[in-house]
Amino acid sequence: MQTVPIHYYLTFCSVLFTIGVIGVLIKRNVLIILMSIELMINSINLLLAAFSAYTNDPAGQIFVFFIMVVAAAEVAIGLAIVVLIYRTTGSIDIQVLNKLKW
Amino acid sequence: MMFTKYLFFFLSVLALYGSVMVLLSKKPVHSVLYLTLTFFAIAGHYILLNAQFLAVVHVIVYAGAIMVLFLFTVMLLNLNKNERSPKPVWVKALAILSGFLLGLVLVAVFRGYDIRVAADPMLSQIGLVKNLGRVLYHDYLLPFEISSILFLTAMVGAVLLGKKEQI
Repeated sequence: MQTVPIHYYLTFCSVLFTIGVIGVLIKRNVLIILMSIELMINSINLLLAAFSAYTNDPAGQIFVFFIMVVAAAEVAIGLAIVVLIYRTTGSIDIQVLNKLKW
Repeated sequence: MMFTKYLFFFLSVLALYGSVMVLLSKKPVHSVLYLTLTFFAIAGHYILLNAQFLAVVHVIVYAGAIMVLFLFTVMLLNLNKNERSPKPVWVKALAILSGFLLGLVLVAVFRGYDIRVAADPMLSQIGLVKNLGRVLYHDYLLPFEISSILFLTAMVGAVLLGKKEQI
């Protein structure tokens, strides 16, 4: 059986998730941090879909569908907040935006 | 069947290259474009698993809507500038080390498991639109309807947050 073993998907998605985590920790630009969060969400989506395909259970892919719904709504609100922050403070650097009230 | 493995490795390398370049790019627009490349590689992975509906929805939603939103934000707010005074080197080194340790733990945890899955993903029929739609509208109808309310809430919130006059 020449299929790709499930371990390959596990390793690949773990590495992708780790790169997303490093992106959130390293970067100062709020947009890049949001994109790293999207990367983490995508790695989990792929892993869910992989397990769903390998165990013939459609619940995994349905869950991915709903995760995409939530991710799209979250990006819309997140970017609206970024625009608002930029409009009020003129910066999207998280080292500058370190006070809860400006 | 070895073609499947080669395709898997090619798509994985493409996705990892794109995600690493997201972090290493100097300009935000380049990061957005590299992330779009990563998303297309992941869509290729979905097609490898015969998850056709998810692949198309992934391209439409992520590469077609979310990345366009990011590009709009970068362009309209003129944020395409280099990162000035990045974090200190020791903070970055520590962050990379902790991230690497997280990756190590994740990979090591799954190494010892003996996961037995019998299905061939390329032959799976649950990723087709017809079968997935049947399950979605039969077993998961309530979450589907509630997600539409979620979208309405997100839309109202985004419009409210974007208003120029005092709320």
